[in-house]
Amino acid sequence: MKQDTPILEAEHVSLRFGGVRALTDVSFSVRRGELFSIIGPNGAGKTSMVNCISGRYRPTEGRILFDGQDITALGPNKRAGLGIGRTFQNLALFGHMSVLDNILVGRHHLMRHGFLTGMVYWLFGAQKEELEHRRAVEDIIDFLEIQHIRKAPAGTLPYGLRKRVELARAIALRPRLILLDEPMAGMNLEEKEDMARFIVDLNEEWGMTVIMIEHDMGVVMDISHRVIVLDFGKKIAEGTPDQVLADPHVKRAYLGEEDEVLVDETERVE
Amino acid sequence: MATLALTPCGDFRTSYREDTTIFPTRTSRNVAIASVALLCLVPLTGDRYVLSLMIQMGYLGIAALGLNILVGFTGQISIGHAAFFGFGAFSSAWLVDQGVPVVAAMPLAGVMTTAVGMVFGIPAARLKGLYLAIATLAAQFIIEDFFARARWFTGGVAGRVTEPLTLFGLRFDTNESYFYVVLFYVVVMFVAASNLMRTRDGRALVAVRDHYLSAEMMGINLTYYRTLSFGISSFYAGIGGALYAHYLLFVSVEAFNILFSIQFLGMIIIGGLGSVMGSMMGAVFMTMLPEVVQWFAAALSGSAIDRALGLGAAVSYLREMTIGAVIILFLIFEPDGLAHRWRLIKAYWKLYPFSH
Repeated sequence: MKQDTPILEAEHVSLRFGGVRALTDVSFSVRRGELFSIIGPNGAGKTSMVNCISGRYRPTEGRILFDGQDITALGPNKRAGLGIGRTFQNLALFGHMSVLDNILVGRHHLMRHGFLTGMVYWLFGAQKEELEHRRAVEDIIDFLEIQHIRKAPAGTLPYGLRKRVELARAIALRPRLILLDEPMAGMNLEEKEDMARFIVDLNEEWGMTVIMIEHDMGVVMDISHRVIVLDFGKKIAEGTPDQVLADPHVKRAYLGEEDEVLVDETERVE
Repeated sequence: MATLALTPCGDFRTSYREDTTIFPTRTSRNVAIASVALLCLVPLTGDRYVLSLMIQMGYLGIAALGLNILVGFTGQISIGHAAFFGFGAFSSAWLVDQGVPVVAAMPLAGVMTTAVGMVFGIPAARLKGLYLAIATLAAQFIIEDFFARARWFTGGVAGRVTEPLTLFGLRFDTNESYFYVVLFYVVVMFVAASNLMRTRDGRALVAVRDHYLSAEMMGINLTYYRTLSFGISSFYAGIGGALYAHYLLFVSVEAFNILFSIQFLGMIIIGGLGSVMGSMMGAVFMTMLPEVVQWFAAALSGSAIDRALGLGAAVSYLREMTIGAVIILFLIFEPDGLAHRWRLIKAYWKLYPFSH
């Protein structure tokens, strides 16, 4: 595994649903250890892009390379095994399971004991494996500060905590690349700060490469290393937060035609 | 810390091992073991009627648990469970005819039923909801038709006579002795299911039920687990059927119709979808219901009410009507089943007499 190769490459990815062009010829690459953001107005194709990476959609054209391997044709469950984890824009927890079980589901591809040995829990080491993974899960629970809800059914939790449990479940996969689809949507300031801290820690301390979709520009510009901007399914800009903010295409996409007010806005954000 | 309370006020668990047990507390585990030990004493009373009811509850409970794994835990639907139950019964009887000893024929019948279940499960793994219901309905009719035509396997319309279980020179051909066989299978199958549900594949099944899209993103192969669920469910049905066959010693084709399948669904709905113990509660309820209705009918017949309503022969239909009515009432008032009610009762006594 060479360190200088990008962990993820999207090559000329296009996605069409009938006549609707969700993505058109999008190419970018994400470097190992990067915190990479995808931004763009509503309906720009950000979630479609993430779905192409995680395997929910298969691109109509183009290729997705993970760690140099072509994964365009792999099913989502295979990609999880390779080390791609994700969270969802609309919560997608297993509502009737406890938080603990939700996170343990994330360990699925790391565990070996199937139903036969599982049924005789004590005999062939299924118990040992369960307890080992429980320990790993507890580390994640500690990290995300959700100890108090570990036994609660996930469906009963408030929104902010559900988002956090979903992040925990994605981390439990032990992914090398984690895709976060609007991790801070609908959160208050305090929750956003917590979440931003978790994401930075994941990136810096746990060494995960992060691809994040987020609408909160303050957060995106603060913590991202690089950003790409999508608009109507096309990539209109790529670069560091500063470069992207200065890009005239981006200004047009977000605010319509360029004018005096807009320049002031940009300076304030910086 | 030793305590007599069913649920101690405070969490004394100090290791992950203690936190992953089947029973929430040591006392509840001991109570369960004691209940099984008590059940071992039931044959000593020698009450044939009670024993035959309990044996019925046993094999129906095992099959209902199988259906619950499929419907309650994996969120698939099957209205062909009785056909698999019947297939297990015929398989076991057929294997015995081929010279396989009964003690081996029963688990083997489970394996054969699993194979058949997987065959129907493979297309079913790609269907959901109503479409799957129709596909399993087809399975019900195909297998029923197979029973009627495959004389070599089922003995045709005449049915198939089989032998009782013998082990170490003991013949399990009375209610008293067969009770222990059923009890053994019930304990083994229920412990196995409880274990399954606290390990990787059990969680995967529930994940598929709760949110199959994100389950797939978590690395779970949907087709595999949906098919597996059909396989496990059929295995349980097969074992239940085999127990049935070697209890009655005669298996006839007509028994395994769609009404019986619906009864299995009734059991798990009444007992509680997605609850291991609920399956047994549902089986107990469904076995007792006709008996209770029978008592009522017997008490009613000839009485003033009977004469006033002109029930007469219609009393025998009371059973079917009651089952239907009970399912509807459960769906409205207790959709989580008896298992949920049982949890509420426990919670009530935990705090009694202070409700807050």
